[in-house]
Amino acid sequence: MADNKFDYYLDGKTGKWEVIIGLEVHAQVTSRAKLFSGSSTKFGSDPNTQVSLVDAAMPGMLPVINKFCIEQAVKTGLGLKAKINTFSKFDRKNYFYADLPQGYQISQFKFPIVGEGEIVLDMPYGTKVVGIERLHLEQDAGKSLHDQDPENSFVDLNRSGIALMEIVGKPDLRSPEEVGQYVKKLRSIMRYLNTCDGNMDEGSLRADVNVSVRKQGSQQLGTRCEIKNVNSIKFMQQAIEYEAKRQIDIIEDGGTINQETRLYDTKKNETRSMRSKEDAHDYRYFPDPDLLPLVLDSEFIENIKKTLPELPDEKKLRLMNDFGLSSYDASIIISEKDISEYYEDVAKNSDYKLAANWMIVELFGILNKEGKGIKDSPVSAVNLSKLINLIKNGTISGKIAKTVFEQMVQKNENPEVIIEKSGLKQQSDPKELEIIIDNIIKNNQDKVIEYKSGKIKLFSFFVGQAMKETAGKGNPQLINNILTKKLK
Amino acid sequence: MGEITKLTLVNLVSKIKSKEISALDACSDYVSRIVKSKKLNTFVTETLEQAISSAKKIDDNNLKEGILSGAPIAVKDLFCTINVETTASSKILKGFVPTYESTVTSKLWERGAVLLGKLNCDEFAMGSSNETSAFGNVINPYKVNDENIVPGGSSGGCSAAVAADLTVATVGTDTGGSIRQPAAFTGIVGLKPTYGRCSRWGIVAFASSLDQAGPMTKNVSDCALMLDAISGFDEKDSTSANTKKEEFLKNLNRNIKGLKIGIPKEYIVDDMPKEIQDLWDKGISWMKESGAIIKYISLPHTKYALPTYYIIAPAEASSNLARYDGVRYGFRASGKDLNEMYENTRSLGFGNEVKRRIMIGTYVLSSGYYDAYYLKAQQVRRLIKNDFDLVFKDVDAILTPTAPSSAFKIGEKKDDPISMYLNDVFTVPINLAGLPAISIPAGFDQSGLPLGLQIIGKPFDEQTVLNSAYALEEKIGFKSQVKDWWM
Repeated sequence: MADNKFDYYLDGKTGKWEVIIGLEVHAQVTSRAKLFSGSSTKFGSDPNTQVSLVDAAMPGMLPVINKFCIEQAVKTGLGLKAKINTFSKFDRKNYFYADLPQGYQISQFKFPIVGEGEIVLDMPYGTKVVGIERLHLEQDAGKSLHDQDPENSFVDLNRSGIALMEIVGKPDLRSPEEVGQYVKKLRSIMRYLNTCDGNMDEGSLRADVNVSVRKQGSQQLGTRCEIKNVNSIKFMQQAIEYEAKRQIDIIEDGGTINQETRLYDTKKNETRSMRSKEDAHDYRYFPDPDLLPLVLDSEFIENIKKTLPELPDEKKLRLMNDFGLSSYDASIIISEKDISEYYEDVAKNSDYKLAANWMIVELFGILNKEGKGIKDSPVSAVNLSKLINLIKNGTISGKIAKTVFEQMVQKNENPEVIIEKSGLKQQSDPKELEIIIDNIIKNNQDKVIEYKSGKIKLFSFFVGQAMKETAGKGNPQLINNILTKKLK
Repeated sequence: MGEITKLTLVNLVSKIKSKEISALDACSDYVSRIVKSKKLNTFVTETLEQAISSAKKIDDNNLKEGILSGAPIAVKDLFCTINVETTASSKILKGFVPTYESTVTSKLWERGAVLLGKLNCDEFAMGSSNETSAFGNVINPYKVNDENIVPGGSSGGCSAAVAADLTVATVGTDTGGSIRQPAAFTGIVGLKPTYGRCSRWGIVAFASSLDQAGPMTKNVSDCALMLDAISGFDEKDSTSANTKKEEFLKNLNRNIKGLKIGIPKEYIVDDMPKEIQDLWDKGISWMKESGAIIKYISLPHTKYALPTYYIIAPAEASSNLARYDGVRYGFRASGKDLNEMYENTRSLGFGNEVKRRIMIGTYVLSSGYYDAYYLKAQQVRRLIKNDFDLVFKDVDAILTPTAPSSAFKIGEKKDDPISMYLNDVFTVPINLAGLPAISIPAGFDQSGLPLGLQIIGKPFDEQTVLNSAYALEEKIGFKSQVKDWWM
């Protein structure tokens, strides 16, 4: 696999172009309360039912930092192997909008809580390390609803004040594929840490995508455009492709790229200018005088370090080193927290290697066919581990196991019960098998002679006969052994 | 009747507790004075009927435990009060009725005080004369040659109300002198506590790093009692200080023998009237007579305090006032789209001084100017604080005049913002440094207007400030000259 070479270059009239991509990911912090108020963060509640006096920016209201959100940000920083800043500050980012009650967003500008870190991607052409510039905490805004009334816009402040982590990546990504892997890996890390649920369709994870292009081989960065607020990996990839081609066309036609903010239209699959650099907001950042600087002591950070779970990269290594899983299998098992948890449940009660094989080949085959996630798996981890144990202890053959598995998919039944009910239990009594095989040899003397005279392919004929006689339940290993002995 | 409103807070509460006076009688006397004092325009909102029924409840249920039991108190209209309109004296908050009570005022009611109403002030506390109020200027109970005089600002309704016996005491807010300067202009006591001593939760914000609530009272003992009532840590205000609860009234005493009092040479400013200098000199003598040791000190960055203040305060204000956008509460002027609605609402809702400061604040924070103005101002602010830190190694408190002049005529400085701003020259440095400072009435100028002296203390050393003021108060023997001319 590592032989594959990176080859995402776009063809232009003048040659090949390289695409440079950097992401600013906005990840909603998993927390029951908001960043500066005690309001609930539950998704899907009725409009304006989760709004405190602080969230609505009533006169005289003051923000008080939610310590849990700080812990979550530090945890995420540690998961990204990043530097945790013991001194950080909250700033006000000032702008007017109907769904921004304070008239400013509390964010971190000059002194973010987390500094440089990294994310490792498994690409077909090897591993790639992508740099993280910083992670900072900020408040989300509310939501403007323009489709409720012909005359007025409505505002829902349930989201107002919810804690977000803005994770700013370095411009290290070079293809839509890498972007996809990056977002998946980041999401997976945060899910392992339980710091962001990563549900993109609920808006818990969205990204601003910075795109620029340069001729293949060039070292200089081109002017970038920022595509705002893209909320699915597929849209990110489509937007990048469109935007890169747009920029290449402009440059090749002798034009220049204007640094600007653009919107991706998912219906037309194109990006449109939102505002140019000249029209950019002057956010008038300044330290929020309602909040003191955030000073973390090393004990606080160490205590969080102690609670860190095993993260995907470490887990992958462990599965490869301790249980002999291939890099490919291990990557799949660790790719999602839910998959890895399911895997652990199966493997710890059966067999690590067999569990990986059965999940990747059989279970994912079914899940893909039915369009389901591991959470909706028709077969429970307990039952799958039982099935694997039945194979291991020779109660059923691998072949029979597949039949049993098909039945398990239907109604998630205990494989032991299925075997009992349908009499699929392997015939493993050597004496019984010997009687059957003796009969086969007696009734097929002509074939025995042919075999002994060198037609050794006929061995499988005898095996087939034995399986037929045992209605497929004969232990293949035993049948092999007995036949080899008898046909000598 | 009539005599009750002359009583100090400490005396009134003790008489109510001993049932010499009923809470109802006390409240009724204040109510009837308030009704006859409309000319002074001290109240934006009156809650007189509720006050009477609250007072009755105190008598009927014998609720005499609180340290402010039965005290009728009106507060600056910057404190959010539950179910009582709160406007910050701005048209933009007209009709705004909070569903919550500020921490400071809730402490007053918990301790037995009764709300008389909300007192006029400069719009969003931006002003030094109470002339920027959307509800008209307040008139000083002192008068010169039949001409109306400003009560100072921004807590002008507070100062006039205490001086005119329309409230037994009050709480104001002080961002650059808004408690002390009006106190000086009306012959009352006003204390700005250390930044963080009193919670800012529920107070309409002007400049968050400078705002501090504090008492305005008839004398120093009342001031100590009020500070006991309103101070304390509040987890809802991240800048509130978690210091141990003190008992200022209990520890109030006049023994300042050996206390080192600093006299800063930089507070001698050009054009300061001779009578202010004379008063200051008298203050020095009174301090000496009380046994204090006078030390001449230098606060070299004093001259930068005013320009620094007029960068930092408007910068914070421009952001703090962004929430008044017509979307959720208060005044809204319609427009064809969101931006026009904002423009119309804020153009019509804010007065000129507020708009001026929003413009200044927006400018000093904007990209390209931030470093030259806001950042520089923050650095200078640190130097000013360092000046104080250094001198407080040698002295225990500092004595200065409160303001460079006595109260001026209404309209006199209205169109001259710079000369208006200069009124805060002695008070502003204290806010920048976050220190406690008191203004006490110390005499009268030639035209009979009161003058104040300011005592500045170390952070969280309000006790020394109060004790020095208490000693000085006895030496001064100030007597109110308010003549009830408006009744």
